[in-house]
Amino acid sequence: MGVGAAVNMKRWAWIHKWSSVVCTAFLLLLCVTGLPLIFHHEIDEWTESVEYPPMPEGAPSANLDDVLANAKQRKPEFVAQYLVWDADEPREILVNLAPSARAETDSHLVTVDGLSGKVVHEGPADEGFMYVMFKLHVDLFAGLPGKLFLGLMGILFAAAIVSGIVLYAPFMRRLDFGDVRRGKSTRVKWLDLHNLLGVVTIAWALVVGLTGVINTWADLVIKFWQYDQLTAMVAPYKGQPAPKGFGSLQAAVETARKAAPDMIPSFVAFPGTIFSSEHHYAVFMRGHTALTKRLVKPVLVDAQTAKLTDTRDLPWYVTALLVSQPLHFGDYGGLPFKIVWALLDVVTIVVLGSGLYLWLARRRKPGQQDEAEWKSAMAPVEGGEATP
Amino acid sequence: MKIWGWPIVLGLLSAAGLMSALLGDGVWDALSWFTLGAPLAVIAFYVWRPARA
Repeated sequence: MGVGAAVNMKRWAWIHKWSSVVCTAFLLLLCVTGLPLIFHHEIDEWTESVEYPPMPEGAPSANLDDVLANAKQRKPEFVAQYLVWDADEPREILVNLAPSARAETDSHLVTVDGLSGKVVHEGPADEGFMYVMFKLHVDLFAGLPGKLFLGLMGILFAAAIVSGIVLYAPFMRRLDFGDVRRGKSTRVKWLDLHNLLGVVTIAWALVVGLTGVINTWADLVIKFWQYDQLTAMVAPYKGQPAPKGFGSLQAAVETARKAAPDMIPSFVAFPGTIFSSEHHYAVFMRGHTALTKRLVKPVLVDAQTAKLTDTRDLPWYVTALLVSQPLHFGDYGGLPFKIVWALLDVVTIVVLGSGLYLWLARRRKPGQQDEAEWKSAMAPVEGGEATP
Repeated sequence: MKIWGWPIVLGLLSAAGLMSALLGDGVWDALSWFTLGAPLAVIAFYVWRPARA
């Protein structure tokens, strides 16, 4: 290594050290809280033990107006924000009730059987172990500023990965791939493990890290979509007073099905919520394949007449957000996929933990043998070794 | 190449696993379990292999 390259390496080592030091505590929190979130579907199923009443073969779907009325009965003072068809359990319809259309807390979730129309489960959305994990993972209980802060930590994590890739080469010049120097000191052994575990998980960690960063911008992306598209779609209703009552949801969803005949409904945003206007049921239609079932298309239906107002494909920036979600959640390849995802998460915890250990252990006063081994191991990136 | 051979192979396998589960179902999901899981197998091999003489 020439003098210039050595100086360059020191610069990368500086970037690696400080980007890691700043983000490690938060990344550890994200990895630990993310672990149960990978399995939230399984955990919910296991803790809620929903039982669907037996129905005859080929029974028709329940009328959505009955589904909605039965759900609303559980909290008459609340309004419905969203109605969601579960993508995996065909009978499951989830109705999100809240104190107001724009409320972001105190939601009450009601699960309705899509065949019988009966309520099969209900409970507050804002409590329990999984809710705490979710909030710590998404925004540290701090709303949008919390999200953006965690996004910044994600960018630092990506910087730590990229600088780590650059540092990997000089470390490995005298070693074979996978070598772990067990005979040497604890610090040298953990340096080798840190490098091995880090380098084999680069692709996964970068994808999960950067898609996580994109997810922290979700609120902003939706705000921009409202401004960029939703306003234009509902322009004819501008200035009209908000209607007092709403017409048939069933009729509105049928209108949406006709407007997008190759698609099926994914969820409905009720009038006044962030995904709709005061005057519309926004029915979001989806495709059928692993990818297209995430790419929804909004169909805005007049909430009083059930007539079609407008439908448009989502712009590229919302599509990017929707594609980045599965790549962050790891929920798109079955249970074995989730287990692999969780194990990669654990590996990342070990990489973060060993990095932290190596940084904390640098100031210790170990025996001479240990110190000499460490200096020699670090020489490729810290200099102190005359190499041509 | 001595340094980057394995990391590149594992990176490509991981990327293939991430994409195949997203773009397909069934056999494509099953393929992703092995491709995305390849780094785990490599870690297990090097961490638990007997110390070389």
